[in-house]
Amino acid sequence: MNDSSDIIEVKNLTKKFKDLTAVDGISFSVREGEVFGFLGPNGAGKTTTIKMLCTLLRPTSGQALVSGQDVVKSPSEVRKHIGLVAEKLILYDRLTAMENLKFFGSLYHIPKQEVVARATKWLKALEMEKWQDKMAGTFSTGMKQRVNIARALLTEPEVIFLDEPTLGLDPQTSRSIRNFIDDLHAHGVTVILTTHIMPEADELSDNIAIIDHGKIIAMDTPQNLKASIKKDNATLEDVFLRLTGRDMREDSHEHIPSARAHMFGGKSRVR
Amino acid sequence: MKKIFQILTDSFRMARKDLLEFFRDRMQLVFFIIMPIFMMIMTGFIFPTENSLKNIPLGIANQDTGQMSATMTEVLTEMRTSNGDNIFSVKTFADDGALKDAIKAQKINGGVFISSDFSQAIQENQQASVTIIPDQSNPQISQILTQVLQQVIARTSTSVAQTKVDEMIKLTAIANPQLAQVNAAVIIQPIQSTIDNLIPGKPNYFQFVAPGIMAMIVMMSVMTGLATSVSREREAGTLDGLLIAPVSRLSIILGKAFSQTARGMIQGMIVLLLAIVLFGVHVYGSWLIMIVLLFLGVFAFMGIGILVSALASAQESAMTIMMTFQFPMMFLSGVFFPIQQMPQVMQYVSKVIPLTYEATALRKVIVLGAGFSSVWIEVLILFVFGAVMLAIAVPTFRRAVTR
Repeated sequence: MNDSSDIIEVKNLTKKFKDLTAVDGISFSVREGEVFGFLGPNGAGKTTTIKMLCTLLRPTSGQALVSGQDVVKSPSEVRKHIGLVAEKLILYDRLTAMENLKFFGSLYHIPKQEVVARATKWLKALEMEKWQDKMAGTFSTGMKQRVNIARALLTEPEVIFLDEPTLGLDPQTSRSIRNFIDDLHAHGVTVILTTHIMPEADELSDNIAIIDHGKIIAMDTPQNLKASIKKDNATLEDVFLRLTGRDMREDSHEHIPSARAHMFGGKSRVR
Repeated sequence: MKKIFQILTDSFRMARKDLLEFFRDRMQLVFFIIMPIFMMIMTGFIFPTENSLKNIPLGIANQDTGQMSATMTEVLTEMRTSNGDNIFSVKTFADDGALKDAIKAQKINGGVFISSDFSQAIQENQQASVTIIPDQSNPQISQILTQVLQQVIARTSTSVAQTKVDEMIKLTAIANPQLAQVNAAVIIQPIQSTIDNLIPGKPNYFQFVAPGIMAMIVMMSVMTGLATSVSREREAGTLDGLLIAPVSRLSIILGKAFSQTARGMIQGMIVLLLAIVLFGVHVYGSWLIMIVLLFLGVFAFMGIGILVSALASAQESAMTIMMTFQFPMMFLSGVFFPIQQMPQVMQYVSKVIPLTYEATALRKVIVLGAGFSSVWIEVLILFVFGAVMLAIAVPTFRRAVTR
């Protein structure tokens, strides 16, 4: 596993919020240039893991290396190599698409002309060049997500984290984003993808990890995962449900900060 | 050195983005300008000034038929404000019972009762009395009214005394001619007071309140603005975008601080401009010192703003925390009424509030034309407070953003 071409190496990574263990000693590695599907029910610890890898959360224990840099010891080095498409859009409504890209580009200290050139390229690739001078607040969800993806790619990251990139999008936009992920794959960018849409994960991923209750319960190629259960024409959904059970999860604490605070002991300090 | 330069350029980028966003938010922009205007106009017009007291309904029941009481009634009827309005609108009543009934019916705000033996008492060299009946349901008006009435009565009393003392001097001068030189006024009022103002003209409430409001608006902008701006980005998710960028945490918070400083200063200037244009406030001290003091105020409150933005999870809680701090600060810092008027305990409390020093220093400079040598203690206190708060707030913020 400890190949020199591993771009992400995670060892015994744990994150505790008060008495709740969100991520419980997980270990995995991601090879450079692969699309790594990260699946799990709501509240399983996917977003927490991604936030730790993006240096947004400090691990309680364990180690994680991204692009050979430790996320705790040298977070600013890690930040230079990653892009993030989170559950919430990272865009300012009152800036135009181009202004958003220019602003985020400037934070990476990329020369201005270079930022504009890249922004133009990505907006074109995502069919948003017509709208580049319109306020992001006026866009539909799909349009916003495309600009959001352009923002994450602007810095030409080695690793891009896509946390449910097709959430709430129409089939057309979802399709175009999936094609785009394929393109990225072809260009050798490492993609960490979380999604609840099993066919999407099946179609795009080279490797899949399924996480539940903070632990990785399965990790393999989609083909092997499907072959592992005894069912004809098994789908990834069959695998997922077999492994994680059919009970529904409580995940309200992921979205409402106060509810989350309540869950973690009632201190508003939590988030 | 290069690193500091980098942190500063990054923070200017953040500030530029914040201001760009802000100036595009029309609604916010409108209220940004209206707020200080409201604040000034409100405080300017609701607080009673000398000129706001006009046509106060006053009841007089004069049972006396003498010259003295008639003069006094006339003086009260004819009293005018500096604008030429009548201070009292006088109604006549039969006796003190009728006056009290009229006050109960809220037809008048106070009454003066002169009994039938008034002139007689004076003539017979006895002490005459006038009764003032205040309307206790309206303490502020009744206080002013009582003061004015007492002054009028005292003045009348003095003039009576003067006539009587004059008579006495004349009588005694027959026996002792030396006494003819004595001035009756000097005997009655041996001490005279004169007023030597530091600045020309009468002090007005605006001149008092404008520096305080300026200090307060700057404080509110920086504290509330900073905390809500950070928590808004946190809620929207854009804060994560800033946090995963390879920029220092210090740049993020400094950027916010810079943009809020710009907003606070603009609002402070709006207040000052309004005060000058609409309410005739004059800046007697140096503009440079005043602006330096405003910046110092921003610096002093920045730490609290950062601290709250680090601790508050959502915009709502940031607002609530801020209100809790700001409300007592507003009233205890001597912005609206002088600290000396407060009970002793509250005066101690006001001494630990930084806004008190900001308001005091600005008032000294704007109203009294004080120079740096008169405000250095306030400057020092504000600077130390700001530095200590920042020293606590910045590391707290760093820790809070990556848990």
